[in-house]
Amino acid sequence: MEFEPVIGLEIHVQLDTQTKMFCTCPVEFGAEPNSLVCPVCLGLPGSLPVVNKRAVEYAIRAALALNCKVHTFSVFARKNYFYPDLPKGYQISQYEQPLATDGWMEVNGKKIRIRRLHLEEDAGKSIHEGNKTYIDLNRAGTPLIEIVTEPDIDSPELAREFLETLRNILRYAGVSKADMEKGQLRCDINLSLRPKGTDQLGTKVEIKNVNSFKFVQKAIESEIERQAKILSTGGKIVQETRTFDPSSGLTHPMRTKEEAEDYRYFPDPDLLPLVIKEERIEEVRATMPELPKQRYERFIRDYALSSYDAKVLTDLKELGDFFENALSFYPEDPKLTSNWLLNDFLGQIRDRGLSLEESPVNPEKLSKLIKLIKEGVLSSKLAKEVLAQMFETGEDPEVIVEKRGLKQITDENSLVAIVQEVLNAHPKEYERLKSGETKLMGFFVGQVMKATKGKANPQLVNKILSEVLSQ
Amino acid sequence: MLWQKPVFELLELLKRKEVKPSEVVQAFYERFSQTEEKVRAYITPTYEQALQQAKELEGKNPEDYPLYSIPIAIKDNINVEGYPTTCASKILEGCISPYDATVIERLKKAGAFVVGKTNMDEFAMGSSTEYSAFFPTKNPWDLERVPGGSSGGSAVAVAVLSAPLSLGSDTGGSIRQPASFCGVIGLKPTYGRVSRYGLVAFASSLDQIGPLGRRTKDVALLMEIISGYDPKDSTSAKVEVPKFSEELEREVKGLKIGIPKEFFEFEMEEGVKECFDNFVKFYEGLGFEIEEISLPHSKYAIPTYYIIAPCEASSNLARYDGVRYGYRARAKDINEMYAKTRDEGFGPEVKRRILLGTFALSTGYYEAYYLKAMKVRALIKRDFEEAFKKVDVIACPTSPSTAFKFGERTQDPIKMYLADIFTVSVNLAGLPAISVPIGRVSSLPVGGQLIGRPFDESTLLKLSYLWEEHYKHYQEIPL
Ligand SMILES: [Zn+2]
Repeated sequence: MEFEPVIGLEIHVQLDTQTKMFCTCPVEFGAEPNSLVCPVCLGLPGSLPVVNKRAVEYAIRAALALNCKVHTFSVFARKNYFYPDLPKGYQISQYEQPLATDGWMEVNGKKIRIRRLHLEEDAGKSIHEGNKTYIDLNRAGTPLIEIVTEPDIDSPELAREFLETLRNILRYAGVSKADMEKGQLRCDINLSLRPKGTDQLGTKVEIKNVNSFKFVQKAIESEIERQAKILSTGGKIVQETRTFDPSSGLTHPMRTKEEAEDYRYFPDPDLLPLVIKEERIEEVRATMPELPKQRYERFIRDYALSSYDAKVLTDLKELGDFFENALSFYPEDPKLTSNWLLNDFLGQIRDRGLSLEESPVNPEKLSKLIKLIKEGVLSSKLAKEVLAQMFETGEDPEVIVEKRGLKQITDENSLVAIVQEVLNAHPKEYERLKSGETKLMGFFVGQVMKATKGKANPQLVNKILSEVLSQ
Repeated sequence: MLWQKPVFELLELLKRKEVKPSEVVQAFYERFSQTEEKVRAYITPTYEQALQQAKELEGKNPEDYPLYSIPIAIKDNINVEGYPTTCASKILEGCISPYDATVIERLKKAGAFVVGKTNMDEFAMGSSTEYSAFFPTKNPWDLERVPGGSSGGSAVAVAVLSAPLSLGSDTGGSIRQPASFCGVIGLKPTYGRVSRYGLVAFASSLDQIGPLGRRTKDVALLMEIISGYDPKDSTSAKVEVPKFSEELEREVKGLKIGIPKEFFEFEMEEGVKECFDNFVKFYEGLGFEIEEISLPHSKYAIPTYYIIAPCEASSNLARYDGVRYGYRARAKDINEMYAKTRDEGFGPEVKRRILLGTFALSTGYYEAYYLKAMKVRALIKRDFEEAFKKVDVIACPTSPSTAFKFGERTQDPIKMYLADIFTVSVNLAGLPAISVPIGRVSSLPVGGQLIGRPFDESTLLKLSYLWEEHYKHYQEIPL
């Protein structure tokens, strides 16, 4: 029998706020352990939570970017469980009445429904060393949104693509850096199999905390294989929670349904219901930053970029930002700018193992180079050399051109003299050319380039040669 | 003698520089030394530190401080920076507060001194202060009897005048019932009137800090300082705070006082009803209208309260797990550490309520218990709203009995819970209520309770003020 997977995702996203969800401690990665804490996020007796307004705004923005219905009334609830890095013995989350529901996201033309999106706080971190466990509560209280999809995903690739698209949308909305490697985006997978073509639902298995896009796809592939093997031999799937081990590429059981905890959710009496005015929601909608799909369409429409270039410049938000930033200094030729950015510039970045942020060539410097190319000061061959030099020294292209005398010779009079010299130096070839052997044009252009160490403008040389011949 | 003077007189003397701050603190310190061994009201007395602070305050202008050098005793579930906050529990023994509760911040700014942290039932769960993990506090009127609870230490401190004012907390009657048992005034403010930031939570939707004292005007002065919106407490209300101490002297006319008929269907100790009738007659004599009213759902108040409060408590007390602070039991793994820490660290009443609450919130029981209790709570609240359409104030006894003997009710939790039968519905409805001494049954004080509209503490204080001019209960001082 052939099976098809039914996949739903639960994604936790760290909101990019300055301060924590319920106190004013800063949110920072990599600080001295337990240095970013206060009575509230330590859960000291008597402390009380106060909702971070910016986190609420970001959550609304994320919800709108995912086409959700944002509710004017939602309720914070306590999720009760004991864990050493959970200071209060409960996590403040939202349960029966979440901030937003009923959204959708498009991935490669397929619509994937979002069941709900709610606000919550993160726990601290347990650090295991030998037989000791240390607790760092710097992360405790960091604002998160949890996004839950409907089981609309039907392949491991689509799951990965969904996450990549989601990451991009969240980055564009400016609500999260959504870096999976830094734990700013974490994913749980719900997966069941059913006979292909039917609409019955199989027993669901949850795979917890998979921490890269690649691993999400791999975990699903391996879990499909495992379940299919069991089902095709007449076995039964156990409803359970599993973990994915990247080194073996396999999933392993963590706990069964019977061992699952009862979280005893109830409304948090320390917090009033979260009431958001309709106008506020509209205000957030009106100030929504441009989302990836809109940028992609705009790049094609306004800059006449190819669909491929527009996609590359959209998928990597920082690259698109770099592009537009460069255009703001020199808007004459977007296509030329895009070409240089995506080919030679990115080539340099890659060869030197730099990130975009580390690049010594900033958008303004790149735009100056484009200007020199566009105005014919630099040939494309020279421009490549200049760009390499810019990466080497961080200097402006004009400075490099000036210093090294790389300027293209565009002065007609001096070029005419050089052309004449070259013709005189090769009398035989000159005769053959004059008698109609036009393929020798290339030879002479080459000789002029050689004589000028490549600085002559080739079009101009051609023009002068033709003029001399026709005299 | 200084310790017998009301706060409003002490303030005058201090302003005129007829007495020095250290003399005031010293006077109450001496009174503490005379009485404390007998009653044991304090877990941590801090008079020495207060004396030190008094000396520092001596150069300052009294006009800048509304409670200039007034000693105040604080229930040991309110955080005072640098002092232990034990909640009378072994699990918090030795924990030093790293921060001030908002009320403490405000008291310090007003020039008041914390003279000690007072005894209480463990985590404010109890009605007799017998559930303190350390020692019981005794009723100064009869040392064989309980002072009531859970704010027993704070009530006794002002009864014996080791402090002229104290702060307690009231979740189901924990200020009013001990005030009634000890013959002092105790006010539970409207929910949201006083910030809870820094009050160790028992049941967050019911807890409220409030003052205890001997004189209405003193209580009003303290209310002016502690009341008002606090951005650190999301449940605190943005409602203007009146000048309570000035308002209470204003004339009141044409008030209607409601007497809930259901409250008199409960069993009541002999003599309590007579005191209460006398109390009501006094207001009638002033020309106020007395009207019988109905609070039909109030008979469900105790069961409703004993679902909601334990549910919230079971979650609020989860943080005492031995991981970060407080008591930690030795164990071989984390789960055993949790279990042993909580088993050894909590007393019997706290464990009983944690179990109750954990059960009532569990899957399959949540709807039947917690949700249902929340619905009844709404009905109880509506009863009051209906009643307040007809009357301005509701009056009833604070407790159906006077102070009982040690050990009398610890074996029977239900009987203990019934001590709060007239007080819990007020917390469920979030209303303000005051308990004032209204007489005695064989030398033991009896308290009368006045319940007001939301944020109308003013009327309650006015009525208390009128009564105190008639029955000068403050003149009677035990020990
Ligand atoms: Zn904090």
